[in-house]
Amino acid sequence: MAFNKLKAHPLYQPLLLGVVTLLASAALALAARATQEAILEAEARDLRASLTQVLPVGFADNDLLADQVEVDVGAKNPLRVYRARQGDGADNSVRGVVFKVVGQGYGGEIQILMAINRDAQILGVRVLKHTETPGLGDKIEAAKSHWIAGFIDKTLATANWAVKKDGGDFDQFAGATITPRAVVKAVKEGLETFARHKTALLGEPEEKSP
Amino acid sequence: MSAPFKTLVKDGLWDNNVVFAQMLALCPAMAVTTSGANGLGMGLATTAVLVVANVLVALIRGVVSQEVRIPVFIVLIATLVTVVDMALNAWLHELYKVLGLFIALIVVNCAILGRAEAFASKNGVWPAFVDGVAMGLGFTFALTVIGLIREALGSGTLFAQASQLLGAHFAFLEIRLHDQGGALLMILPPGAFAVLGFLLAGKRLLDTRLKTRADANAAKTSE
Repeated sequence: MAFNKLKAHPLYQPLLLGVVTLLASAALALAARATQEAILEAEARDLRASLTQVLPVGFADNDLLADQVEVDVGAKNPLRVYRARQGDGADNSVRGVVFKVVGQGYGGEIQILMAINRDAQILGVRVLKHTETPGLGDKIEAAKSHWIAGFIDKTLATANWAVKKDGGDFDQFAGATITPRAVVKAVKEGLETFARHKTALLGEPEEKSP
Repeated sequence: MSAPFKTLVKDGLWDNNVVFAQMLALCPAMAVTTSGANGLGMGLATTAVLVVANVLVALIRGVVSQEVRIPVFIVLIATLVTVVDMALNAWLHELYKVLGLFIALIVVNCAILGRAEAFASKNGVWPAFVDGVAMGLGFTFALTVIGLIREALGSGTLFAQASQLLGAHFAFLEIRLHDQGGALLMILPPGAFAVLGFLLAGKRLLDTRLKTRADANAAKTSE
């Protein structure tokens, strides 16, 4: 058969591989294009939902996604800060800030969203993304355990920022110490960043700061 | 058509079960089965990819030459998994948040390449489809059983968080057996090896029993 002869040709193999790879890349590019907008939308929706979760009910009435700034805190990338305000007119100063911190967990990066009020007190913490062991390290998710609520109202001074195994205040999980340790460390670092760059994060002019 | 169909289904679910008989895909089978819900989610996602991969491989089997079939299948499967990953992320975002961890793992699931190589590349589209469904469900069955045993012994629950995976209607599946926690060992990797070992031994024992009984019956009727 003519086709079998063609198949036996030495050039057939590389050509076939090339065509298959080309088609696969085309399919991926098309799929990426088709899903890009929906993924961005879903992620924005997620972020908005997380933003409202880390803030107490009624704490802010502005659209936090619209009220974001990037502040240089001395790290490699500027910190993206969402500001929570209430009321309008002259007295709508920033009541609290929400930003992302990253911890190094057992399975990779743990992305954490944390909200802090003007007095450097934690309003709420949520894990956005992680690759920890399912069933062990994933208790840092609010949906799976209440552990993450233990950060509420804590400040740098009022808590011992380590897991209990290391002599701190925060529980570790049975079988998973690295994960909660990473989260505690990341949140602590977030508080320290806030303490160091308070005026910039709150967006107030230097002379007005106490 | 009906006889091979029945064989295909029986093969996939029991006789030639991916995990219990072919001993393939043991990595996901042991890594994610810390609970029944995790096993079920991984199984269903794998089934979807397995069915589509089987059908595609059966479609292009005439064009693909023996020498480069493996890279072609790998490219095909990796593309498929990535597309499924993006589609779930875009349009079934809630489900994606639960399954997201597992989807990328499907690429390295040798059961899919195994079925493409051993079955779909030698058969038509329809048998390949049936084989994909049967093998996928067999895999799902195996993962769910391992997950449930480990969950029951390790955390004292059954199908915890299944409603996150299947929707609120399935909350009734979530059963708390006791509040003592459990043997943490079962949730950790050694527990997976232990449970799988006992299950494999159990299946062998059952199959041998059934076979000796069938042989005895056959001998009796022939006398």
